[in-house]
Order: sequence, then C-alpha cells, then structure tokens
Amino acid sequence: MNDADSIVELIPRLRRYARALAGDRIAADDLVQDTLERAWSKLHLYRRGTDLRAWLFTVMHNVYVNQVRALRPVAQLDEDLPELAQPAREVDSLVLRDLDAAIRSLPPDQREVLLLVALEEMSYDEAASTLGVPIGTVMSRLSRAREKLRAMLSGLPPGGGKQLKVVK
Amino acid sequence: MDKESVAQEDAELKALSQALHQLYDPVLDEPVPARIITQARARRPLWRMAAIAAGWITLGLGTGMVAGWQLHAWRASAPLQAEMPGFVKRAAVAHAVYSPEVRHPVEVAADQEQHLVTWLSKRLGVKVHAPKLGDAGLSLVGGRLLPGESGPVAQFMYQSQNGRRLTLYVRAESSKHRETAFRYARDNSVGVFYWVDRDCSYALASADLGKEEMLRIATLVYKQLEQ
Repeated sequence: MNDADSIVELIPRLRRYARALAGDRIAADDLVQDTLERAWSKLHLYRRGTDLRAWLFTVMHNVYVNQVRALRPVAQLDEDLPELAQPAREVDSLVLRDLDAAIRSLPPDQREVLLLVALEEMSYDEAASTLGVPIGTVMSRLSRAREKLRAMLSGLPPGGGKQLKVVK
Repeated sequence: MDKESVAQEDAELKALSQALHQLYDPVLDEPVPARIITQARARRPLWRMAAIAAGWITLGLGTGMVAGWQLHAWRASAPLQAEMPGFVKRAAVAHAVYSPEVRHPVEVAADQEQHLVTWLSKRLGVKVHAPKLGDAGLSLVGGRLLPGESGPVAQFMYQSQNGRRLTLYVRAESSKHRETAFRYARDNSVGVFYWVDRDCSYALASADLGKEEMLRIATLVYKQLEQ
C-alpha cells in the first residue's frame, strides 16, 4: 500500500477527531483538508515504520493549534452558510448533547488530551508524543478536563435529561 | 490513591469513552467529501502535473505551500461551491456591480494611487497595497471602499489593454497568523480565487479572465503581498 492509500484509509479517523475537536462539520473538514495538505508537504519528516496515524494526528494538532491561536476567522467566513443537515448523528438524549457542549467548552489543550485518550484510545505515552508534551502534562490536563466535565454535567437540573429527551 | 478510587476512576473514564464513541463514531460512516479525498491523494507528481497544466511551472515551485495552492486551484471547484463563504459571494457581487461601469468604475482613480492606498489602509485598519500586475498585462484602474458584513472592505480594480477587468477584494481580519489554501469558486459568471493570509482575506474576482490566468495573477498578488 502506498502513502496515499494509507492516508486515505485514515481519513474517517481524522474526520472523527476533527469533528470532536473543531465542532461543526465545515470547520472540521477544513481542518482535515489543511492537515492533509500540510502532511504532504512534510511527508519527508515522517519516519517509515512508525505509526502513520499518530503522525497525522500530530500534524493535525499543529494545524489546529495555529488555527486556535488565530481565533478561528474561518467561523466568521462561514457565517452566511445555510445550516447543514447533520445526518447520522445519533445524539439521542440530552445527556449526550450536553456532553458535546461540555467538550466544546473545554480549553483546547484539555479537549485534545481528553479526546486522544478517551476517544482515540491512545495511551498517555502516545498522547504525549502526539502533542509533543511531557506525559505528566497529559495526565494533569486529562484530570482537569475530567474534573470540568464532571462539574458541568452534574450541574444539570435533576431529571432534566429525561424530560427533554429528544425523539429519535 | 487507593484501589477503590482507582477502579472508580477507570470505570468513569470508560463510561466517558463510550459516550464519546456514541457521539462521534457516526462520523466514521459519513461519506468523505471529495475535496478531502483529493487532498489525501495529492502526491507530488500530481501537483507538478497540475503546475504544468496551469502554465506557470516557470514561476518556480519553491515551497510546498505554493505547491499545495496550485493543487487547490487546479482541482475541480464543484465540491467547494456549496461552501462559498459570505465574503466570497460579496466579492463576486461587487465585481459584477462595478466592473461593467464605464464612467465610474472606481471611487479613487489610479493617478491618485498613493492617496487611495493610504485612505483604504486607514479605513480598514491594516496596511493594504495595490499589487502591481503589469506582468500579467493588467494596470490599476483605481479602488473604492465598500461595506462588508461587519465593516469596511476595499476593492481594487484592474484592467487589461483590451478592457478585461479583474477586482481584488480585501477584508481585514481581526486575528493574525491564520492562513488558508488557495480556493476557487464561481458565482454565476464570476470566478473567484480566495485565501486568507495573515491579517487579511483576499478574493480575486473576474468575469472576463479564465481560471488559469486568474491563478497566475493570484500567485502574483500573493507573492507581492508576502513581501
């Protein structure tokens, strides 16, 4: 399998992570596209035989950090877009939707760690090398992220989840 | 931490992980947009070929970034059309409105270029320039200030000897460092190349010039603005 095939195969994973990271569909796909563009221009830096997925996630992390630093003018550019339908998104209860919102409100560095560990199921070690930070930083960010999530999700009115259940 | 709380932590993390999968795994089954597949398959030889096709290999393919741009410009614009940002639409409309003007195409004419640039820079709050496009056979007609979505924008107009026109639409961005690839969109008969570079968004629009010629000009503009 050549590089292009290997990369294409990983696109769904990149898109999932990007969606969780960036939020809306267009911003997420822009992030994936910019990541792939950067990946091709930096492919000589990829060491053969190492985990391509982890390398692409690192590239995405770098692209994302730059975008966050720029305070996302993309969102502004897209303000006139019609709302896209969101198919296949089975957010079937308020609890899940709250989780989505809670994840979104985490600081980007904590959100990244949380997603790499809990969604991408990376070890602390892998997450640390993907983000280029010490493992201790990964652990402290993860614990802060979880603390915040706990606080946000427990702040719901009791029974609210059931009351406002979204019909499938 | 004692054994019990470790187990509790683990269980909680596991539950969180499951919820995250439930939330985001549907993305795995969505069809991948064409623009992403194209980008993923963007091997170097492909953009080299694209460069030849676009007719400006002679400009030198210095950096990977420029190369990436070419690819963006080269590939079919269809998947991007649905996602045309509001600012690009405005640039296309502004082009369509002012470029046919015979008597009043601009507010300030090119013979007062220094004044034009100073004025627009002051209104936009960033230093703007009118790129020199003589190499592409275009001379500056002048420019004007226009209302954008959230503030002033600038439009520069250029013209070839045989009267074909091109406009450069410039909007200041409040934050810096953001760069996007070169993108192409069409709005009715107006073709637009657009990108974001540091403190401004740019949209180059023309109803008269072909896509390849516009790509060449967009590259010229970008290079000058970089300096």
